[in-house]
Amino acid sequence: MSALPLLDEEPPLLVVEGLTVAYGARVGCRDVGFELWPGEVLGIVGESGSGKTSLLNALSAKIEPAAGRIRYRLRDGTMADLFDLSEAARRQLLRTDWGVVHQNPRDGLRLTVSAGANVGERLMAIGARHYGEIRGSALDWLGKVEIDRDRIDDRPSSFSGGMQQRLQIARNLVTNPRLVFMDEPTGGLDVSVQARLLDLIRGLVADLGLSAIIVTHDLAVARLLAHRLMVMRGGEVVESGLTDQVLDDPQHPYTQLLVSSILQV
Amino acid sequence: MYVAVKGGEKAIDAAHALLARERRGDPAVPALDLTQIAQQLGRAVDRVMTEGSIYDPELAALAIKQAMGDLVEAIFLLRAYRTTLPRLAASQPVETDRGLVRRRISAVFKDVPGGQVLGSTFDYTHRLLDFALAAGTPLPDPVATSEPIGAAPRVADMLGRDGLIEPPPPGDAVPGDLTRQPIDFPADRALRLQNLARGDEGWLLALGYSTQRGYARNHPFAGEIRIVDVAVEIVPEELGFPVEIGEITVSECDMVNQFGGSATAAPAFTRGYGLVFGQSERKAMAMALVDRALRARELGEPIAAPAQDEEFVLSHSDNVEASGFVQHLKLPHHVDFQSELDLLRRLRAEHDQRKTAAE
Amino acid sequence: MTQTLAGYNFAYLDEQTKRMIRRAILKAVAIPGYQVPFGSREMPLPYGWGTGGIQVTASIIGRADVLKVIDQGADDTTNAISIRRFFARTAGVATTERTVEATIIQTRHRIPETPLRAGQIMVYQVPIPEPLRWLEPRETETRTMHALSEYGAMHVRFYEDIAHHGRITTTYDYPVIVNDRYLMRPSPIPKFDNQKLDMSPALQLFGAGREKRIYAVPPFTKVKSLDFHDHPFSVESWDAACSLCGSTTSYLDEVLTDDQGGRMFVCSDTDYCRSRTS
Repeated sequence: MSALPLLDEEPPLLVVEGLTVAYGARVGCRDVGFELWPGEVLGIVGESGSGKTSLLNALSAKIEPAAGRIRYRLRDGTMADLFDLSEAARRQLLRTDWGVVHQNPRDGLRLTVSAGANVGERLMAIGARHYGEIRGSALDWLGKVEIDRDRIDDRPSSFSGGMQQRLQIARNLVTNPRLVFMDEPTGGLDVSVQARLLDLIRGLVADLGLSAIIVTHDLAVARLLAHRLMVMRGGEVVESGLTDQVLDDPQHPYTQLLVSSILQV
Repeated sequence: MYVAVKGGEKAIDAAHALLARERRGDPAVPALDLTQIAQQLGRAVDRVMTEGSIYDPELAALAIKQAMGDLVEAIFLLRAYRTTLPRLAASQPVETDRGLVRRRISAVFKDVPGGQVLGSTFDYTHRLLDFALAAGTPLPDPVATSEPIGAAPRVADMLGRDGLIEPPPPGDAVPGDLTRQPIDFPADRALRLQNLARGDEGWLLALGYSTQRGYARNHPFAGEIRIVDVAVEIVPEELGFPVEIGEITVSECDMVNQFGGSATAAPAFTRGYGLVFGQSERKAMAMALVDRALRARELGEPIAAPAQDEEFVLSHSDNVEASGFVQHLKLPHHVDFQSELDLLRRLRAEHDQRKTAAE
Repeated sequence: MTQTLAGYNFAYLDEQTKRMIRRAILKAVAIPGYQVPFGSREMPLPYGWGTGGIQVTASIIGRADVLKVIDQGADDTTNAISIRRFFARTAGVATTERTVEATIIQTRHRIPETPLRAGQIMVYQVPIPEPLRWLEPRETETRTMHALSEYGAMHVRFYEDIAHHGRITTTYDYPVIVNDRYLMRPSPIPKFDNQKLDMSPALQLFGAGREKRIYAVPPFTKVKSLDFHDHPFSVESWDAACSLCGSTTSYLDEVLTDDQGGRMFVCSDTDYCRSRTS
């Protein structure tokens, strides 16, 4: 785990209170609250159906919650209620200050255009109009995520799963976001590929001082990346705390079960 | 010396004169009159009325004659005429469970109140070319049709009484009219049905067929196919009660489809509906299949197949639009083509330069 | 004035319909580049052959107007003749082949070479009005993209062009931003004509009949062709001059003169060419 950043100076980046997501009568997650500080990585763990993806979808403004508030500190320092912002402002936030890395790269990439265009798209969306500079940024970012620069004009459909995932990360980070959401970023990859990707994510998060919320069912991923953990079950948060503390000394019986069933393999 | 092509005006006139002569054929052969077409090519007239959106067999016959039997062209003629007509009134909904039943088939019950009525149909004819017809066969003797059947309640209504089929889906109180207002997506069901009724029969047939082959399968049963003469009524403002203004023949199809249900709603069959002018149960049935497929959003079904995709289905159903746009490709495009030529020559020259430089 | 068609209103459309279309035009002028849905009527000419332009012309034309109709820049192409005749029959207005004499110019695929003046109205026939259509086929989604000015995807396409071909490969119907706000298709004019859209003294109306949309560029409105700073917008050029009038600045048609590779170039704008030779 990376060293915990200093938290006492700055106010929180994201404040979530009483968040409930419902699909008709069915509840996705109930009464979730937490704060996220600049530079902090929060892991959300739990089995499938525990509500972690519902929570992530509401946090990243993909679905509107049934109750509760999500407040985010904009670059000018003001705290904005996410769902009070206009749709235009919310979409702007999503493609500049935030990033969303999907479990399946197909959901996060344009497979019919080149890798360079994939990385450059967010720059063009916010007004970049110099081809050479856009291409320069794309080359730079391909390097940072360890993709051979010669592949810049190739379509991601010809990339391996690990490369697609790294391209997706580059595509998100090119606008220097402050907050990145990741949904099972290493899911579906071979173990060796996973390890390399985790190393890369850990390095980037630390180097860039990113805040991140990472949803995973894999406690090893959580231990490696997250400063803090929230354990979810049946739509509710059953335990939260510093990662080492939660994993080494779980308090809730469900967390104990999770830890014992996964880590002692 | 090159002279730019001229004389387009003369060419157009000559082309139309040629067309008129071809349409007539050999002057020694008697010309078709409109009554012959209206009576002896009735199915063609029905299709042109349906897709042309006017119930007028005489006008449809004229359009078919003028179009030399090209039905899409005839539909176009009728549509262009229709636009110029004033809208005098909107009719009351027609009551298809009243009026003279010409044909009525239910595939879901062996017998139904009012009975199964085979009526006139191509069904069960053996499709053998009838050379005797070419020679002018004498007519069969008049057929004894049964008495006009009394009450013939709709099968869907009978299922509805027991709650076995969903109630008719709600629509806007006053249905829109896509010939006056452009369609806006998502469209409500009334507008969708209007679009489908005017839509190309071949398009609906193919889409309906695709649902049967697994692209949005919805387990249809032909609840009822009914060909019926119905009264058309309007309510003049100054009178305040309905007045019959005429009678039309329509083909109607109620499909009974795969049931849905949820925690709050008991399981019930779902509906698909088709209605067209005249006798065209093929189109009415296809329309009912597509209507049901297009209700995917409303019924919470995943939208995965072409027939469920509202924008796709409704935007491409109109054969007057489709025919015009496909065929506009024969208009001159040489200005844009010149731009493409210019670009392509540049790209090829640059490609050659790179190749030479590399060698 | 010629005898007009019996049984039909002046310029074919009924007055209610004309008013509805004029309301759409006014809205379009008020929001330059924005596509206004309208209740497009079924015309006696085929969709894709100018029904949008014809409805716009029919709604604005008056008895004193002088109409010019061109297709590919020429007055004597068959569809231009057909449309000009339609208005001669249904409205009995004066028609002309001279750009300078016309008050309304209906066009398909070209803008005349002779500069337009204030008071003239250009009516463009539009096949597909939506500039984002090839990137996103869904109307519901493109509406949102316009509302939020999300036009980055268009540059993604141009980026791909340059990455693969070294240049932007769109040659006609080249997208523009109108009045710094709406992305617009200028109809399939060659990009050569895009520069004539910018700050034109004429009112420019665009009608798409089949797609049921009208949009407009009011006089003296900024129209910018999309590009990159380091790959600026540029237009076609020819090594040849017009074989008839010698023009080196007009848009040229290539004419094949034999099957041995023989070709010559002549002005696409027949009126312009004639005015230089007579």
